[in-house]
Parts: sequence; C-alpha cells; structure tokens
Amino acid sequence: MTDKNEIVLHGIPASPGIVIGKAYVVAKQAPRVEEKAIAETEVPQELKRLQHAVDRSERELQKILQLTEQKVGSQKAKIFEAQIMILADTFLFDSIRKRITKDLRSAEYVVHREISKYQQVMMNSSDEYMRERAHDVEDVKNRIIRNIQQDKLISRFDASSIVVSEILTPADTILFSRNEVLAYATDMGGITSHAALLSRSLNIPSVVGLKEITKHVQSGNIIIVDGYTGSVIIHPTEETITRCNERKAEHLQFDTRLKEIRELTAQTMDGKIVQLCCNIEFSEEALNVHAQGSNGIGLYRTEGLFMRTENYPSEEEQFIEYKTVVEKARPHKVVMRTLDIGGDKVVSNASSEENPFLGWRGIRVSLDMPEVFQSQLRAMLRASAFGEVWIMLPMISGIKEIRKAKECLEHAKNSLRNEGIVFDENIRIGAMIEVPSAAVIAGEIAEETDFLSIGTNDLIQYLLAVDRGNENVSSLYQEFHPAVIKTIRSIIIEAHRVGKTVSMCGEMAGDPIALLLLLGLGLDEFSMTPYILPEIKKIIRSISYHEAEEIANRILEMKTEDDIKDFLRVNLHTMVPELLLE
Amino acid sequence: MIEKEVTIKNRAGLHTRPAAALVKLAAQFQSEFFIYKEGFEINGKSIIGVMTLAAEQGSTLMLKFDGTDEDQAAHAIVGLFERGFDEV
Repeated sequence: MTDKNEIVLHGIPASPGIVIGKAYVVAKQAPRVEEKAIAETEVPQELKRLQHAVDRSERELQKILQLTEQKVGSQKAKIFEAQIMILADTFLFDSIRKRITKDLRSAEYVVHREISKYQQVMMNSSDEYMRERAHDVEDVKNRIIRNIQQDKLISRFDASSIVVSEILTPADTILFSRNEVLAYATDMGGITSHAALLSRSLNIPSVVGLKEITKHVQSGNIIIVDGYTGSVIIHPTEETITRCNERKAEHLQFDTRLKEIRELTAQTMDGKIVQLCCNIEFSEEALNVHAQGSNGIGLYRTEGLFMRTENYPSEEEQFIEYKTVVEKARPHKVVMRTLDIGGDKVVSNASSEENPFLGWRGIRVSLDMPEVFQSQLRAMLRASAFGEVWIMLPMISGIKEIRKAKECLEHAKNSLRNEGIVFDENIRIGAMIEVPSAAVIAGEIAEETDFLSIGTNDLIQYLLAVDRGNENVSSLYQEFHPAVIKTIRSIIIEAHRVGKTVSMCGEMAGDPIALLLLLGLGLDEFSMTPYILPEIKKIIRSISYHEAEEIANRILEMKTEDDIKDFLRVNLHTMVPELLLE
Repeated sequence: MIEKEVTIKNRAGLHTRPAAALVKLAAQFQSEFFIYKEGFEINGKSIIGVMTLAAEQGSTLMLKFDGTDEDQAAHAIVGLFERGFDEV
C-alpha cells in the first residue's frame, strides 16, 4: 500500500459501479511537453511518428475545413486553411527533422520548441491580427503534439487502468474504450455531458466534475472510483478498500435480483403495459436489448460511426453497421436517429460556432448536406429488410423540416426501388421533440409523422435557457420545473389526440424519481441507458397506473421543483421500499 | 545574389492569403529567398515564417535571392509585390 494520506474528492456520479485500480492520467487540453532525450537508434521511429502525426493532423483539418466552409462560411474556414498550409511548410518541418536528428530530442519536444518560437514572435506583436494568428499557430502545434502523443497512448495504454483526465471528448471516450478501461474520472463535465452518456452506454463506471482530480493523482496511483455516489478516493487505506469491496458485493446482489425479472413484461400492478427500450450508440451494445429484457432500441445514435471515421462513412459502411444492430435486436425494433452532430457532439475539434446549441445541428445539417443524408437514409432503408427499423429525425423545429425530410426519404426509397433493392415499404418515420417550437405544435407534427420521441436533455435546456454544461448555471437545469412537466403533458395529449405514440429518450426517461410522473402523464415508451432498465422495470411492476395518474395530477398543481421532487421521492419510497435511491 | 527593396501596396498587408501566394511562388524557384524587416530575417519559402512578418501597408521589406535562377525568382516575386498581390 502507500504511506500517503487518503484523499476523498466528490464529483458527479455519471455511470454506476465501484472500481479499484491504477490511475492513468491523461493530460488533455494543452498537451504538456517535457524535454526528453532519445537514443540515436530511436531517431527513425521518432521521425516516423512525426510524419504520421502531421499526416493525421492534415486529414483532421481537411475534414474540419470542409465542414466549416459548408456552413459557417469561408471567413472562419480561412483559419484552418492557414493551419493546413503550416503543416505543408517544408522549411519548418525540415528544420524540425534536423533538430530531432541532431539534438536527439523527442518529436513532440522539438515540435513544441520550434513552433513556439514563431508563436512567441507573433504573441509579442502590437498588431491584434498577428496575436490572433498566434493562436492558430498554437492550435496547429497542439494538434500535432496531441497526435504524436496519441500514437504513444494507444501503444502504452495496454494494462487495465482508470482513466483520469481534465475532460473527455466523445472522440477520446471512443478511443479509450478500445482498450481496457476500468473507469473514468474527470475534472470537468456534467451528468448529461456526452462523455457521461457514452461511459454509461459502455457500462464503464465514471465520475465527472471532480474539478481538480488531475492535480491530485499521478499515473500508477491506486484510486477508487465510486460511480454510485460520485466520490473518488486517492491512496485508499486497507479499511477503505475492504469497505468498498463490501459495497460492490451489495450492489451485485441487487443487480442479480433485477435479472430475475428480465423476461417479465413492464406492466403495472393494475395492468397498464408500457414499452421499455434501450438507448445505444455502438453496435456492440445492441445485445443489451435481450440482456436487459427490453422491448427494443428506442434510440440508436448514429454519430458514433461518424466520429470514428475521419471522413463521412460510406453508405456501405453504414449499412453494415445498421444491419448488425438490427440483427442483434431482432425481433425487437430499432429506432435509428439520423445524424445528430453539432452542438456538443461535433466531430472531434470541428469548427466553433458562436452559439452551437442554437446553430447548425441535427436535421439542419442533414438537410443542408443532401448527399450525406441520402447515404444515411438509404443505409437505414436497406437495413430495414433485416428487421424492424424506425427512422427518427433530431432537432425538428417545424413542419417544413419534416416535409423536406420525408421528401428525402421518398427519394431514397425510389432510388432503391429502381435498383431493385428491398426495404420495409412501411418504414415509420418520427420526430424528436426537443425544440420548444416543436413542443408547442406537437399535435401538428404528430399528424405528419408516425411517432414522437421527447428528447428531454435538449428540450429542458432550450425551454429553461440553461446550458447544462455551464457550471455557473447548471443548477438551473431542472427536470422537474413545472414548465417542463406541463410541456411534456401537452406533447403527450396532443400526440394521443391524433392517435400517435409518444416515447421519451432523454435522461429523464431513466430517472426512477421521474417514473411515477411520466407514467401518470401517459407516456407510452421509456427509452434509457440499458443499465438502469431492470430497475425501472422493477418499479413499474411495483406500482399502480391509477395511483401514478393521481400523483401526476397533484404535481401539475405544484409550483416548485423542490416540492415536486420531494413529493415524488416520498411516494416512490412508500410504493417501492426496497429501492435504494442514492 | 540579388537584393531588392519592396513596399507593401495591398491594404491587408502580408496576411494569410498573400503570404500563401508569396510562398507558393517562391517554391517554384531553386534559389534561396529571404525577407528582411527591421533586422529580422525570414525564410521566404516558409509560410509560418512569412506569417510572423507583421508587414502592414506602406512598410518596406528587403528581399534577398541567391541561386541559379535568382534573376527569374526576383523578377517574379518583386512583380507580385508590385501588383499588390493582385488584391489592391
């Protein structure tokens, strides 16, 4: 063990599970570079790593440039053009290669030293334009260094470790998940940050928002990550380790009890049946549909595929991936959401908009890029020949987008028909309700579609004008704000009026506290992160729909989130006493 | 070796686009090409170098060409400056 004092840090529990293991600390935002001598025999390998990193940086920048030009405009795209030109600066890289060879220093150190010289000159300029250019130079420098280090990372990170970092981008999370990650612990991030969602869907315990864990932990330290309570213990004592192992066993026991109800229907005591579905991101997760006893996949995020490839995946690549998911989920349905990049989910490092959440994202991107959209729709349609596929459109704000998207779908169907390729002629198409304008006209949208699905994370954020990732205001992000509840109620009523079903695929759908309320409001389908599904099913099987309706009616008269939450908690505890709400 | 003095005529000075045009043109010649400004020496074939020249409209630069095709290089590059990088 260690003679250092035990340190306990508290963060936000983002994905459940208790893990004891060795930390692997990842420096992220501005890569830290130390002067490192290399042997003469290492020079060729070092030069190769440099070239590889430069090539990779260029591919990344080309992709970002393309994305930026298409929408944000050529003015901003110029920044990336300049960065690409720097990558092609033979004079610069000749001198970097020369210095690696002669000074026998690591590639990242020489890149850092040589490019920083130019950066310094520009920083010292009195010209504002010049100082701005210094940031571009820094960006490109960091990109190259990151790419050099990433190569190293993949080769070095082979032992099973707990990843500790300042922040995890979706791309990082995917990168790491290819190795054996025991848990994640990060300085920044919130419960609904994309990295938190990802770690949950990968079943990897994680705690985010620890503020300064990277300052306290060094690679190799033993730490405990408790994804139930959100605490992280550094240098734990023997007693602490014993205690944690006991708690781990308790949770395992509870999980075993949940497995016993896997094959049973999600039916209330008075006979109301609801659908419980899984949210997934990767084809590997599709088996959860059966493992967790669900009714299918209520949200398949297709961005994963787009984030893993450097260019847009081809129709064929998409088709293979979608078909895999459909086949794994069979006989259950798969609700596939069309590409939802933008906002916080932008393909790694893509260009920044002033206001990304109000910017180019979701269906807006798809409608602006007809070729990308067509290839995705065709791939989904082709997959529908192998099982039940529903198509869901993200970020719908009005009827026009739905009509346009349906035209695109018709076009895709016609092209497949002409080629003699089979697909489900009656494939269902639905809209996500996450923009307040769509919530207001939910009835009209329901008339034009086959189903609605409420995306609570964004809906709440837009409705309350709160950026859930901004620590200064994140406490104003209230799932149980009366306005949120009334909005959800009205969406359900409006959709039911025209005979359409409503599902919910945001975090709220998997929140045990929210369950009584949502059930009482008449929600037809709950789609959630797979790990929580058995627990939700257990609650549904322990309560009565009639009582839930009464509870929902009472809540509609309440004025504050605190009152509503307390009321729900007390009722839930009375109805399902064995449930431990952490 | 040839030395030429030039004045920046285009309004944007030697910013990204003109800098890129300059470097591209210089790359077509064998000769070495250096730019001097207030005691500061820059390799004219390096975009990152040229970018560090805060060369505003009206400022004066000294260009130095050295190599077998220095005449052609000087002619072409001085011409580019005189035309204000085609964006006056």
